[in-house]
Amino acid sequence: MRPTVRFLSDQLIEQIIAEARELLCKLGVEIHNDAVLALLGDHSARIDNATKRAYFTPDIIDRSLQAAPDSFRLYDSLGNEAVDLSDMNVNFTPGSSAINILDHESQHSRRPTSKDYVKYTKLMASLEHIASQSTAMVPADVHEMISDSYRLYLSLMFCEKPVVTGAFTIEAFEIMKELQLAVRGSEKELAECPLTIFSCCPTAPLKWSNVTSQNVIDCARYSIPVEYISMPLSGFMAPITLVGSLVQHTAETLSGLAISQLSNPGSPVLYGGSPAVFDVRYETTPMGDIGTMMMDCAYSEIGKHLGLPTQAYIGLSDAKLLDAQAGFETSMGATLAALSGINNIAGPGMLDFESCFSLEKLVLDNEICAMVKRMVAGIEPKEDFPSLPRFEELLREEHLLISEHTMKYLKEEVYLPGPTIDRANRSRWQEEGSRTLGARAAEQVEALVTQHQPVGLSETVLGDLTSLMETEARRHGMSRLPEIR
Amino acid sequence: MDTLQQLSENMQKGNADQVARLTQQAIDEGCEPKTILDDALVGGMAVVGYKFKKHEIFLPHVLLAAKAMHAGMDLLKPLLVKDGIPTIGKVVTGTVQGDQHDIGKNLVGIMLKGAGFEVVDLGRDVSPEKFLDAAVSEKAIVIGMSALLTTTMPVMRKVIALAHERNVRDQLKFIVGGAPMSKEYAQKIGADAYCYDAVSAVECVKRFIGAH
Repeated sequence: MRPTVRFLSDQLIEQIIAEARELLCKLGVEIHNDAVLALLGDHSARIDNATKRAYFTPDIIDRSLQAAPDSFRLYDSLGNEAVDLSDMNVNFTPGSSAINILDHESQHSRRPTSKDYVKYTKLMASLEHIASQSTAMVPADVHEMISDSYRLYLSLMFCEKPVVTGAFTIEAFEIMKELQLAVRGSEKELAECPLTIFSCCPTAPLKWSNVTSQNVIDCARYSIPVEYISMPLSGFMAPITLVGSLVQHTAETLSGLAISQLSNPGSPVLYGGSPAVFDVRYETTPMGDIGTMMMDCAYSEIGKHLGLPTQAYIGLSDAKLLDAQAGFETSMGATLAALSGINNIAGPGMLDFESCFSLEKLVLDNEICAMVKRMVAGIEPKEDFPSLPRFEELLREEHLLISEHTMKYLKEEVYLPGPTIDRANRSRWQEEGSRTLGARAAEQVEALVTQHQPVGLSETVLGDLTSLMETEARRHGMSRLPEIR
Repeated sequence: MDTLQQLSENMQKGNADQVARLTQQAIDEGCEPKTILDDALVGGMAVVGYKFKKHEIFLPHVLLAAKAMHAGMDLLKPLLVKDGIPTIGKVVTGTVQGDQHDIGKNLVGIMLKGAGFEVVDLGRDVSPEKFLDAAVSEKAIVIGMSALLTTTMPVMRKVIALAHERNVRDQLKFIVGGAPMSKEYAQKIGADAYCYDAVSAVECVKRFIGAH
């Protein structure tokens, strides 16, 4: 039996959805994009051009929900299926778009460089429990206008896993789409075998910016999957109650769903988000707060009730270092998310309110992901009945260390973590250098990066990617890209 | 691939039947028993130990390899004895007086037996006298003592002291283990070695038997 957790009753879910629909129809949504307003207007939404508000109709919402697929898959850069976003399947992806990296040597947060990013992508290639990569950091050594597309470029150059990403501008979508087409070969191939998910964020409360709403329709045009990242802040830019914040989250996400489905019915989407409670002492948005995590799980239940695959930024921490807080917040989030069946769990590697990435934490989090995946695999009998012969064997042999049953199910039943997790007895731990978690994780980062193998893309494709990126860089005044080899 | 290499690889994989067959084949081909032992079996177990430490294989695989080695040793033993080369040793194990915890001690026994050693397991709550009586009567080379409680650890010192009193200390090696134990404590009470797990205990006993 797969273990699950529920936070909302069906009745409460339906009430939240009904309230959200009412908000969309009666209060409307402020959308700073004329094309999107026109699109909604074409489908009978009332548009107030002066206030940029679109008043949705029940029909628009219903049709969007009917059109949206209930699942989709991601494929790696070689075209192999890599991520199944359906039912209660759980997949992990790193947190995204950190503006800082935690430097292991100095233990200080600093701006990441291209070399940091390359190290990250090489590391991601070998972390088997994190199914997709994300554009986890924003390299600071390139022009800011290419800092989004450049991340995708580096990710594709060094790791075959699909990429959770996003564009910072409307213009950047074009190059980011072209990079994907260079890998897939055609728009048809890209639509059939999605390589990326684009994060598109409404603005609380009930608004869409020009850029993010345009990104939604641009993605829809090419059937590039979109994850909606609604971010209500309980008690600040959303009601203080979790239910009130969920109503807002539902309304904002349904509005995004309508934009994509009216643009291209059937375009793949994830019912995602990054809500948070608002810490009224520090004026911060804690991702490691239990209320934040409860909202994530609850909106995923709403998404599933609506028949959509889900996503959340959960399984991350607000700690500044790889400390106990980093471990417990990440583990708690990842565990709850998996029990909730959130299909794409984003967070590994992330610290400091989604602003600081740690490669060492990513290695630790890979272990958390593995344990959580073991947990949701549940407890199932495996040649356990009848029990008598097994216990006769135990009594006869005095142990079951090398029993056929043990050898057959050892790896399936027991997850044995990598060297980052300390399982040695104290004496062995001391003999091996009394290393801290940070030291073990750093050693593992270096070991895995050293083992990195080049991606399987052809030299032609890699050349095309570099040519596209160099052209884009020159367009923004950069005569050459940073050295990455 | 020559016979010794095949033998080593099959032993590492725990294929006892193949190890017995290949050991006999190597003997028939005229290989020196000591060469078969050192190059194929001992050499193979060194690889197994390395892989275990690197987490490439786990305890069951070590035990299977040890049992497979044992299958080869059964054939080599008479030849080695004939050549005057000692091959096997006896180990007395027990949890010390006042202590009823025996999981670690049992695991050490399993691994030692798997590696071909004779193990005289005295069980739990074993008095110093019982340890020494058994070691002398069984002609054991090593006494392995285990304790989980800080209150029972001092019994180990008493066992070693009794060995001195009975003038058998020089004939015996004492290895100690258990959760509260440490290398420092082992040194303090005059033990010959502290082993933090079963695999290290087997390595340690092998060293002592070899030296003996």
